[in-house]
Amino acid sequence: MSPQILELVLVSIVMAATPLVIAALGELVAERAGVLDLGVEGMMIVGAAAGFAAAIESGSSLLGVAVGIGAGVVLAGVFGVLVIFMAANQVATGLALTILGVGLSGLIGSGYVGMKRESIGHLDIPVLSDLPVIGRLVFGQDPFVYAGIGLAIAIAWFLNRTRGGLTLRAVGENHASAHALGIPVRRVRFLAVLFGGGCAGLAGAYLSLAYTPFWAPGMTAGRGWIALALVVFASWRPFRAYAGALLFGGATVLQLHAQAASIGLPGQLLTAVPYLATILALVVLSLRKRRGSIAPSSLGMPFIPER
Amino acid sequence: MPEPQSPSAGAPLVSMRGIVKRFGAFTANAGIDLDIHAGEAHALLGENGAGKSTLVKILYGLLEPSEGQILFQGAPVRFANPEAARATGIGMVFQHFSLFDNLSVAENIALVLPRGESLRNLSQRIDDIAQRYGLRLDPERPVWTLSAGERQRIEIARCLMQDPKLIVLDEPTSVLTPQEAEALFATLDVLKREGRAILYISHRLEEVRRLCDRATVLRAGRVVGACDPRAETARSLAAMMVGTHVVEVRASAVEDVGPERLGLNHLSLPSPDLHGVTLHDLSLHVRAGEVFGIAGIAGNGQDELFAAISGERLAGASDAVRLDGTCVGRQGITARRQFGAAFVPEERNGHAAAPDFSLMENAILSRHATGGVAGRAFLDLAGARSLASDIIQRFDVRAGGPDAPARTLSGGNLQKFLVGREISRSPSVLVLNQPTWGVDASAAAAIRQLLIDLSRAGSAVLVISQDLDELFEISDRIAVIHDGFLSEPRDTRSTTREEIGLLMGGASMADVTHAH
Repeated sequence: MSPQILELVLVSIVMAATPLVIAALGELVAERAGVLDLGVEGMMIVGAAAGFAAAIESGSSLLGVAVGIGAGVVLAGVFGVLVIFMAANQVATGLALTILGVGLSGLIGSGYVGMKRESIGHLDIPVLSDLPVIGRLVFGQDPFVYAGIGLAIAIAWFLNRTRGGLTLRAVGENHASAHALGIPVRRVRFLAVLFGGGCAGLAGAYLSLAYTPFWAPGMTAGRGWIALALVVFASWRPFRAYAGALLFGGATVLQLHAQAASIGLPGQLLTAVPYLATILALVVLSLRKRRGSIAPSSLGMPFIPER
Repeated sequence: MPEPQSPSAGAPLVSMRGIVKRFGAFTANAGIDLDIHAGEAHALLGENGAGKSTLVKILYGLLEPSEGQILFQGAPVRFANPEAARATGIGMVFQHFSLFDNLSVAENIALVLPRGESLRNLSQRIDDIAQRYGLRLDPERPVWTLSAGERQRIEIARCLMQDPKLIVLDEPTSVLTPQEAEALFATLDVLKREGRAILYISHRLEEVRRLCDRATVLRAGRVVGACDPRAETARSLAAMMVGTHVVEVRASAVEDVGPERLGLNHLSLPSPDLHGVTLHDLSLHVRAGEVFGIAGIAGNGQDELFAAISGERLAGASDAVRLDGTCVGRQGITARRQFGAAFVPEERNGHAAAPDFSLMENAILSRHATGGVAGRAFLDLAGARSLASDIIQRFDVRAGGPDAPARTLSGGNLQKFLVGREISRSPSVLVLNQPTWGVDASAAAAIRQLLIDLSRAGSAVLVISQDLDELFEISDRIAVIHDGFLSEPRDTRSTTREEIGLLMGGASMADVTHAH
């Protein structure tokens, strides 16, 4: 493999991993607070459609990104009110949110199918970005890639080093005890869910504004679900989520290359590789029982304070 | 009722005036007055459901009173949340610890510190508190690795971190060994000497007599008496709580113990999950005509042992569990029932009974394979209904008939129904886990009497319990489970609580024998 091709493969792996890790990190925060939000796919695709539409209408990529995030937050807000304040079933509500999001995105994006716009620019530093192999990989990515890395660092720091992070983990660990200590359980959870929605929206905007700079219905193609699986795969740890995203991004890219090289397997089978890898990773992980890699104890359980 | 002499006359530290708390149609507190003075240990007594927990939750800002007022040092206060109560000077140590298993000791403590307070020298401050009050703590350890006594020390340290003037303890010794309880009392004595007030809730009347200067007794949400517990006996206190005399359980001497009916033979089982306990090479023999008690602090393998005996988890070897000589280690719970065994698990709602099912349906749940309520494919509803009615009548269950959902019964009545469901089929072996946990005194006495009567009629009864009083009252032999190991059984009449307590804390049999 020539250095150019190697660089190309590595760059595309990082790009494929970015939407997965951004969405997964948001979900990770929500789950550490004890809320299982199965609506990631729905919030992501609405973020993609709304972000693209806003960018086309305004001509501003930045505004597109902001609208994408906002759309995710609004959907997450609806979800949060239902499951946190009205104690609706989280699984059913999350699934409904995904179905709603997919439908809504089709409506929002219907006028924009087939439109094209310039992809958000990549970093370009003279000399550095032209280094062989690592040049574009390290110094020539688009802003989302750096945002994803920054997000992982920031979330890891927040969860483990700040009082707010400790409070959030306590709420996810044991909401009854947290309430008994006077922590506003439902407010913390709501904020965590909103953050998760914003991340999912951002991941969606990345898809339609940078990764494949156009809107197509169903363009998230199950990435929201992979992000959900990634959280479990990562045992609710931010850096492991990044590693997992690279692994799945790699599977996605490699199957594309394998198809291009026509290695004789049917294309459909190769397309399924990342999803099979997800299932395989989850099975291996649940077989391997280890201390410290367990789910937040209150995950998925509604909290209703008596007052 | 004349007010007894308080140790520190003058204005009370905390006064609760006319506290009323309603939950829908149910009134948990119906106008309670309570005064607590600085430097006194004040006991709050009452049966389950008397309103004690509701009252202290109001005091700690967890619940809002429907009516009434709280005065702190004479000034009226309203607590919107526990943070406000803590800032005023009220701390609380919870009955079921409000700790976070996967967080470290220091993190658990950091959670209650007021905002803006630095967490930098937290370890140093924890050490200071620990030194001063004799609470040994390692700030870096995750909580799930700690014993109940150690967990309680975290709760107390967390509470003291805020320098409270009043400390509320809700059933603090219910999960401690007698030795751990002694260490707690020593800490509480230091707190009293420092002039702090203690509000002490406990079922254990001997402890109240040892520790407290005053007692207030609640029944059905009202104050029904106040006394100096040191001038009372445990029996007179119990009578005040219940309103009538508690029937004493009569255990006739075992005349002739029969052959083994339930046997465990080198039973070993790996832990089912992360925080579970592995069972190591357990052997025991329960004979016809005896009640066999297994003591131990919660979380030492009781649930795992119960699951292995009942067949909820299968043993590796068929001969690891024997019923009347038949090896059933590889057979499930229904098969074991058909061999004459019956089981009453610890958790009433959700394990022993389905809370939303009627009593009639709950009767079917454990009796379906042993006749009378179900055929091969169809339920015999008439049979089930008459069975449930029989149980209700025979075991004095206060319920709205066989169609009442299980969750509508009080803890004591549901437990009587569940024990009755198993006893009414005259099992050859009956295994119970914490049979009277959270059950009021009169129902507990009734259940204990039933167990003794069943054993004297020739059945083998195995009782797993954390309540040493209960085990000493009804068992003929006692063994101790600790960290998945079972001690040699001891004859109840020739052992002492101290000896059993040491074994519960993990001392080996050799240590205990040596100590005597």
